Amino acid sequence: MSEELRGVVVCHGPLAAALVQSAEQISGLSGALIAVSNTGCDREALEDRVIAAVNGHPAVVFVDLPSGSCLVAVLKRLRSEQLVKVVTGVNLAMLVDFVFHRSLSPAEAAGRAAAAGEKSIKVP
Amino acid sequence: MSIVLCRIDDRLIHGQVVIGWGRAMAIDLIILVDDQVATSDWEQELYRMAVAPEIEVRFVTLADAALHMADWQSNGKRGLMLTGDVETMATLRTSNPEVVQRINLGGIHHRPGRRERLPFLYLTDQELRSLQLLEAGGAIITAQDLPTTPPVALKSLA
Repeated sequence: MSEELRGVVVCHGPLAAALVQSAEQISGLSGALIAVSNTGCDREALEDRVIAAVNGHPAVVFVDLPSGSCLVAVLKRLRSEQLVKVVTGVNLAMLVDFVFHRSLSPAEAAGRAAAAGEKSIKVP
Repeated sequence: MSIVLCRIDDRLIHGQVVIGWGRAMAIDLIILVDDQVATSDWEQELYRMAVAPEIEVRFVTLADAALHMADWQSNGKRGLMLTGDVETMATLRTSNPEVVQRINLGGIHHRPGRRERLPFLYLTDQELRSLQLLEAGGAIITAQDLPTTPPVALKSLA
């Protein structure tokens, strides 16, 4: 990939901003992730926010829940985009993995991040 | 049982609907009246994923809803009928006032031309007038995003 991937985090309420801020604090990397909240928007406005955040760049879009308004808004206009991949169930571990692998293809980065996120879920 | 909640919510089937209202009212049927979603298999699949398997979900056009509302009123299920906008619910009320007696304004968000009435409720003056006409015709209309919050009467939203 010639252009580094953009990460867009789409969540209910203030969750995306908190995840992005925390991922930046842990990784020391800023500017790789963009937070999008569904607060105050209907479906079309949320779609517009997501499209503006991706802004035509190759990207991985992280969504909090595997269903519901955020995922519908993301998939509505991006599901046919070859350079955008979507990962649901976003958590901090997957975002930290992602920011260090932004030179991969969207599919590869999405797969890695999803695996890192799954691996972080344990009952110690 | 019958249709126990008629809700306008522009996010359609989402957490507040399924968890907030669905559990509190023991809903076992959700009817989404939306012409666009009624023709989109992939969107229906996504919305269905948000709902527990024991709850039936139907995706219908406005025309189909007008035809079948009376059946849903007497099919033995506790139904939640959902639209994404005021106009669709107003048409349903006109089609069958007995089924759409009470209207819950659950979530109508900002768009150009709409003014904030509550943090979760933005209405154009035309939308407000449509609702006021429905109320003048006998409908009971309140704004309430979740069952745990107090309902707000339509007349206080002007």
